[in-house]
Amino acid sequence: MRCTFIIHRYDPAADTEPRYQEYSVDAEPTDKILDCLNKIRWEQDPTLTYRYSCAHGICGSDALMINGRIELACQKLVRDFKTGYNFVIEPLPLFNVIKDLIVDLNPFFNKHRYVRPYLITDEDMPTTEWLQTRENQEFVEPALRCILCASCTSACPINRANGNYLGPAALLRSFRYIFDSRDTATGSRLAQMDSEDGVWGCRSMWWCTDVCPKEIPVTKCLAQIKRLIKQEAKK
Amino acid sequence: MNHQHDIVIVGSGLAGLRAAIELGVDTKTAVLSKVFATRSHSGAAQGGIGAALGNEEEDKWEWHMFDTIKGSDYLGDQDAIEILARDAPRAIYELEHMGVPFNRTKEGKIAQRAFGGHTREFGQAPVKRACYAATRTGRVILDTLWEKCLQRGIEFYDEFQMLSLIIEKGHCCGVVAYELATGELHVFHSKAVLVATGGAGKIFKTTSNAFASTGDGMAIAYRAGAPLEDMEFVQFHPTGIYKLGILISEAARGEGGILRNAQGDRFMERYAPVIKDLAPRDMISRCILQEIRAGQGIDGKDYVHLDLTHLGKEVIESKLAEITSFARTYAGVDPIKEPIPVQPTCHYMMGGIATDNEGRVIADEQRTPFPGLYAAGECACVSVHGANRLGCNALLDLLVFGRRAGREMRKYSHSIGFQSLPPNPAKADQDRIDALMQNHSGVSIPEIRSQMQEVMMDNVSVFREANGLEAALKEVMQLKQRYQQIGITDKGRCFNRDLLDAIELGHLLDLAEVITRGALLRQESRGAHTREDYPERDDERWLSHTMCRFTGDKEPDIFYKPVVITEHQPQERKY
Repeated sequence: MRCTFIIHRYDPAADTEPRYQEYSVDAEPTDKILDCLNKIRWEQDPTLTYRYSCAHGICGSDALMINGRIELACQKLVRDFKTGYNFVIEPLPLFNVIKDLIVDLNPFFNKHRYVRPYLITDEDMPTTEWLQTRENQEFVEPALRCILCASCTSACPINRANGNYLGPAALLRSFRYIFDSRDTATGSRLAQMDSEDGVWGCRSMWWCTDVCPKEIPVTKCLAQIKRLIKQEAKK
Repeated sequence: MNHQHDIVIVGSGLAGLRAAIELGVDTKTAVLSKVFATRSHSGAAQGGIGAALGNEEEDKWEWHMFDTIKGSDYLGDQDAIEILARDAPRAIYELEHMGVPFNRTKEGKIAQRAFGGHTREFGQAPVKRACYAATRTGRVILDTLWEKCLQRGIEFYDEFQMLSLIIEKGHCCGVVAYELATGELHVFHSKAVLVATGGAGKIFKTTSNAFASTGDGMAIAYRAGAPLEDMEFVQFHPTGIYKLGILISEAARGEGGILRNAQGDRFMERYAPVIKDLAPRDMISRCILQEIRAGQGIDGKDYVHLDLTHLGKEVIESKLAEITSFARTYAGVDPIKEPIPVQPTCHYMMGGIATDNEGRVIADEQRTPFPGLYAAGECACVSVHGANRLGCNALLDLLVFGRRAGREMRKYSHSIGFQSLPPNPAKADQDRIDALMQNHSGVSIPEIRSQMQEVMMDNVSVFREANGLEAALKEVMQLKQRYQQIGITDKGRCFNRDLLDAIELGHLLDLAEVITRGALLRQESRGAHTREDYPERDDERWLSHTMCRFTGDKEPDIFYKPVVITEHQPQERKY
């Protein structure tokens, strides 16, 4: 199958503006979009640059805009698109482009750090495991699927209007620790979330949930944080 | 740019991060990684991590130790395996205390499930020993350790490619690294270096490994004079998705999945009557290929079926979630309704940089330490996996020996000062990069790489024999010659993937040579190394570790190191 790929190119050393370059490549319907990019790079243009590693949707390196929608290039196959074998490949929106399809994710990870993404406890450690109910583990389970690919945050319209908004990925990480029964910093975590740059920035537009390649109900998880803040305020 | 840290860790998978946590508070530590830390391939580990917690049924570390020794086909060092099995429960509780969200039993304890080769009472029946978080066990541990490192203020240099180890007067005192974003060379001066760069599955055409698994640390340490141990033992995981190699976790069989041939027969009943589909990986991979050779592949093709349909929707979607999505996305198969097409896929290197039980790289068969150089994880060979690793022992190895390496390096770095660097330590690497960038020849990197992957897959994978190995060695040596002429098309300094491909290919070729030489010399069949011309295990001649040392332009120096046997004398390996 002959496919056409129109790919966003930008070389900071040579280009003043981003440009688009067209490539023609033979692909099978079952090829991943990442396979096609690799084929272009290996057979036609070794200067084409993008991030990738595991190639099966677990490392979170290759979130891109494919035909205007945010997807993992290794998790979408040629046959998944009804666009007549034409593909437009662009970097994730929201972030600054460094080169071609590579964006600067430092702002994304800085927000991740800000939510204190680790277990905080003032309890004494038992000698074996802390007991945790199955229900509690299952409650936070959706958030454990997150691979930090930045798709949700990149898609979120609120993030574009308010650069200080923590964004769905960092808030989801916060959800994971707020609701983990082993964490005892719930109060200070909720206080940190209780602002327009925190969870109230979320207007439940569902774009994050819609693009998540791991099918995490991000918006619903964020709503749980909102509910808990309200509940605690009533006490 | 120059940097100074007490310790430099190269690689941000579980071994590197666990070591970093051990060093963190009072030892200035830097972690370098060629991918962003959470992209490390430890994250792809699915099914579980082994420890005799006994949360689901009776279990003992002594049984775990025995299973690991037997699984290793008696090539694993028993003192190291004892450490692994005894320390496992502590390592799991420690992870749990750091916040790893394991699945739970009804009582709220860590849930456990069965895994290949793990048994009760020295082989009587399968035992539930693998602790897990759905089929994302590696990923959640990776995230937790990384976040713990953030809490501890460990410095990360993400997207830095190690180019060489700095060795001065026989002492490792730093790393030269290439910053992907700028093309700049950095010199990291340290008291000691931990190599924790993972595996090298990209040597083979079909692999479950990430593109980043190119054996950089093994090849760089080898070139720096550290011997590689047991490299001919390469694990082919029995259940990679047909044609793609993407892993379907052993947890699928741990939860009750069954392998079937063209007739629908559960063929593992014939090969391993006691534990059947939970036999170790080397054995199942061989059995699958034997079935295919006997014309029992599905539709006459080179794959068999992994049948989960009898497990029911709930088990499949809750306990095997990730692999269900892999099967749907990549094979177009819904495992609730249809079997998954599978074939063996290159998964794990049992061999690696030879170390002792404290992560110190050893320079010879007397176990003399290589000062300042440490290794842990898949790139290292302790050896706890011997000739064949059991499922869910890899993550355990990373954590147990990553911690020990960290502990030892901390002690070491507090006892000595900085060794002075040689003059201009980055010069050789700069010259090499300049030469590559200036070369315009037409020798293509992808072409050499795919030829290597094909010949290694055809001749050096599950079944091997002398003629095929000799042909493979000849071709690899020719490819190494041609590699000298490669050039780089991308002349830029920012994210020059073309240059990285060239560097990685050099590492893969070095390791392909070492694997093939070891396989050719070892005239026996043991664990994952199956010689069709020498089908029996030969303890008299070959109960020893292969050691391979780089010697410049000459043939590598191959010598042997005795296996440490404490409690369990070699026996016939039947399941």
